Amino acid sequence: MIKNFFATRWGVICVGAIIGVLAGLLQKFGNPGNMGICVACFERDIAGAIGLHRAGVVQYIRPEIIGFVLGALVAAFSFKEFKPRSGSAPIVRFTLGMFAMIGALVFLGCPWRALLRLAGGDGNAIIGLIGLAGGIWIGVQFLKNGYNLGQSKPTHKSAGLLLPLLMLGLLCLMLIYPQLAGENKAGVLFYSLKGPGAMHAPLLLSLGAGLFIGFIAQRSRFCTMGAFRDLILFRQMHLFSGVIALVVFAFITNFVFGQFNPGFTGQPVAHAMHIWNFAGMVLAGLAFALAGGCPGRQLFLSGEGDGDAAIFVLGMIMGAAIAHNFGLASSPKGVGPHGVTAVVVGLVICLFIGFTMRKKI
Amino acid sequence: MSTTIDTRGLSCPQPVLMFMDAVKSGNENEIIVFTDTDASKENVSRAAENKKYTIKDIEQQGDEYKITLIKD
Repeated sequence: MIKNFFATRWGVICVGAIIGVLAGLLQKFGNPGNMGICVACFERDIAGAIGLHRAGVVQYIRPEIIGFVLGALVAAFSFKEFKPRSGSAPIVRFTLGMFAMIGALVFLGCPWRALLRLAGGDGNAIIGLIGLAGGIWIGVQFLKNGYNLGQSKPTHKSAGLLLPLLMLGLLCLMLIYPQLAGENKAGVLFYSLKGPGAMHAPLLLSLGAGLFIGFIAQRSRFCTMGAFRDLILFRQMHLFSGVIALVVFAFITNFVFGQFNPGFTGQPVAHAMHIWNFAGMVLAGLAFALAGGCPGRQLFLSGEGDGDAAIFVLGMIMGAAIAHNFGLASSPKGVGPHGVTAVVVGLVICLFIGFTMRKKI
Repeated sequence: MSTTIDTRGLSCPQPVLMFMDAVKSGNENEIIVFTDTDASKENVSRAAENKKYTIKDIEQQGDEYKITLIKD
């Protein structure tokens, strides 16, 4: 048996460090501030690019997301870990994905971006991360009391390939309809002309970084939610050491490139409404914990053929569309007109899921 | 005493939780865990080492693993 280096403590630390450095570099090469990589924001941009929402400032097919899934797919096939499976409460996973995204968009970032915002000096990230830990803590209480979404079943190989194929389809659309200078639409795709959606590293760089991260993250099982959960549930530092490495190396990269700007106000794509930064991430953290993985991990699992993780991803994309169509998403000006209501509704639904889906299997 | 846990088809962190329950439930000298993903195999192995269990054997059966753990 060949030992999987990436699954060791040093392996997961290396993966966290590489993600931190690449995120800093992607920002240097054009991605938005403290958003070298953000799974939630980038899936939201994809939702916009295919017209599911019409927020003109956040529309772009992010090649990083495509790379994450396809890189994980390559790793899974290379190491005989492609195991097509599905059927573990898909509707619950879709709903959790939707509210995870809504919570993340109230804060303005997934756990990866929360860490990157911290590494860029954005103090609001500390409040978001405390909220994330709080949400995961609530999720852990449900896990301790028997919360369980039940077994998945092996399925057709082609079923496991569907989300990777969807991602490949998005890449094809991008190649068929490349961005036209000064136009907000090319063929069927929307492209932001201003705002975060207009800021992006070159396609090949984004795709290459995404593929590489997808590959090594699949090998290491890197998961930010799992890092907090294992620390709370089992007092285990394994995944958390990867998270610390991500912050440290992103900080070093930011420092080197002059991307470190400490403070609470005027931070890129962020607001300073502390209560809602906190509450948004409580909702997101709880939803991730109930679904068993952070948004990044759900993409890597999708690449391994996990159809339930794929449903969560589609739920997040739907959540992004709703968040922008209904005015739930925050902006640098603060929370959206209905963001507060959405967080409350989302928490109620997640608690409903947590309390009612307990089953000893 | 020996006990067997079937974690096949269950997603993270259920396999580790079930292992921990087996550890807590009493004086199991041998715990056999069936799992079907590599991530679960690694997670259970890691948890077992933390709880002072030795991995006696990991047997691959098709797409599944049978992990035999012995209390130190």
